[in-house]
Amino acid sequence: MLSVKDIDVYYGNIHALKGLSLEVNEGEIVTLIGANGAGKSTLLKTLSGLLKPKAGTIHYLNSSIVGKPAQTIVKAGISHVPEGRRVFANMTVEENLELGAYTRKDKKGIAEDLAKIYETFPRLLERRKQLSGTLSGGEQQMLAMGRAIMSKPKLLLLDEPSMGLAPLMVQTIFQVIDDINKQGTTILLVEQNANMALSVANRAYVIETGRVILSGTAKELQASEEIKMAYLGGHV
Amino acid sequence: MEWIQQLVNGISLGSIYALIALGYTMVYGIIKLINFAHGDVFMVGSFVGFYSIVGLGLDFFTALVLAMIFCAIFGVLIERIAYKRLRNATRIAALITAIGVSLLIENGFIFTWGPQPKAFPDIIANGSFEILGAKISIKSILILSISITLMVILQFIVHKTKIGKAMRAVSHDNEAARLMGINVDNTISATFAIGSALAGAAGVIFGLYYTKIDPLMGIIPGIKAFVAAVLGGIGIIPGAMVGGLVLGVIETFVNASGFSLWRDAAAFVILILILIFRPNGIFGKNTREKV
Repeated sequence: MLSVKDIDVYYGNIHALKGLSLEVNEGEIVTLIGANGAGKSTLLKTLSGLLKPKAGTIHYLNSSIVGKPAQTIVKAGISHVPEGRRVFANMTVEENLELGAYTRKDKKGIAEDLAKIYETFPRLLERRKQLSGTLSGGEQQMLAMGRAIMSKPKLLLLDEPSMGLAPLMVQTIFQVIDDINKQGTTILLVEQNANMALSVANRAYVIETGRVILSGTAKELQASEEIKMAYLGGHV
Repeated sequence: MEWIQQLVNGISLGSIYALIALGYTMVYGIIKLINFAHGDVFMVGSFVGFYSIVGLGLDFFTALVLAMIFCAIFGVLIERIAYKRLRNATRIAALITAIGVSLLIENGFIFTWGPQPKAFPDIIANGSFEILGAKISIKSILILSISITLMVILQFIVHKTKIGKAMRAVSHDNEAARLMGINVDNTISATFAIGSALAGAAGVIFGLYYTKIDPLMGIIPGIKAFVAAVLGGIGIIPGAMVGGLVLGVIETFVNASGFSLWRDAAAFVILILILIFRPNGIFGKNTREKV
């Protein structure tokens, strides 16, 4: 579904991605793990069109999306939930969700999807007229995810969905990620909480300083001594 | 009841400032630029109104609509030609460009059509009526109703329409707005179009009220509207409306109480006071700049 080959991306003067390649197949949950500054968020921003690679190719559903503007990529079915949620704090919960459907014209379908999101996240329904800046971190994460789903994505990019959330909320969010995937949306997940990420993912890539250093099924990586040491808080 | 009369005058003058201030504040909200050419768009609107009435023989309302359309296009052209390429430049570079555009429009206008003032045609009846002993002119009521109508339409656009929601999203978080599939360039252009149309309308009703228009007429009302926008809290739409009205009323009362020479100074005194005591304006939140 998504095929990234040898991309080089610069973030200002920093060479953030160095010849990175990866594949995401339809229906999968693929997770990227790696330390802060490894280039995970940069990769997502490149996929959603916020950054342009200096070299390399990105193919999505058999057509190249390198250098396409963000709005074209959203229309093609890739939706990105950015790190730190980035909800529109000056607007209500419902207005945020409506903006998620900005590229869509099917009024009926939009209304149905809105109802579905309120079903998945009853908390958002309770607060639909509230300014989104007044929500808790967990609620904002739900809103950011709901907003992204409103564009009817085929591929959902999630950047650190569990960041700063209470353990119980993390459970809820990961449950939702699993549900979204079961309903047919492919997911590329960036996560600091590698344990949690590997428990829902099919496959994983380990990224270090802009390169893929290891990849495999989630089970393989969970079993790998090297990964346990570096990312899963394992003991020697 | 002299003061009621002055209050009505102040409110109608203030509503003109408010219309201009809205353009300043909307543009600032979305690209953090003080568009100093905005006062000149107001001037152009006034002249389009003048030529529509005198040259084309149109009625007042058609002239008003024509001036708004013309200014909307003019505003978008200014943005596309002068400001768009500076999106990622420093803010001071954009600010200096705005001043340059302002000088270009003023002097280009004088060069092409001459510096002579024109007498704006008096096409609205000069009648007045009395309420509680105050003489209220029909013109001030007309100005006030046009301004209020336009502000209600603006509120509707900003809060209920798709483009309005996109404008608010871009002004809050440009990058997140792009992730929604919002075309940021078009949204910025739409903001310039709406702000400039309001300035064009202000130009026409200003001509009607003050009867004399000239190529440099945009400078002082432009600066005062900027003060009004800062007074209300720059980037905040209701702030610009309230700031404009407050400024108009204060100015009229300063004028009426025998200090007519101090009329223009009032705006600047207010600017200095607001910058000292409440730099975020009436509606602005106290936010500290993050470092």
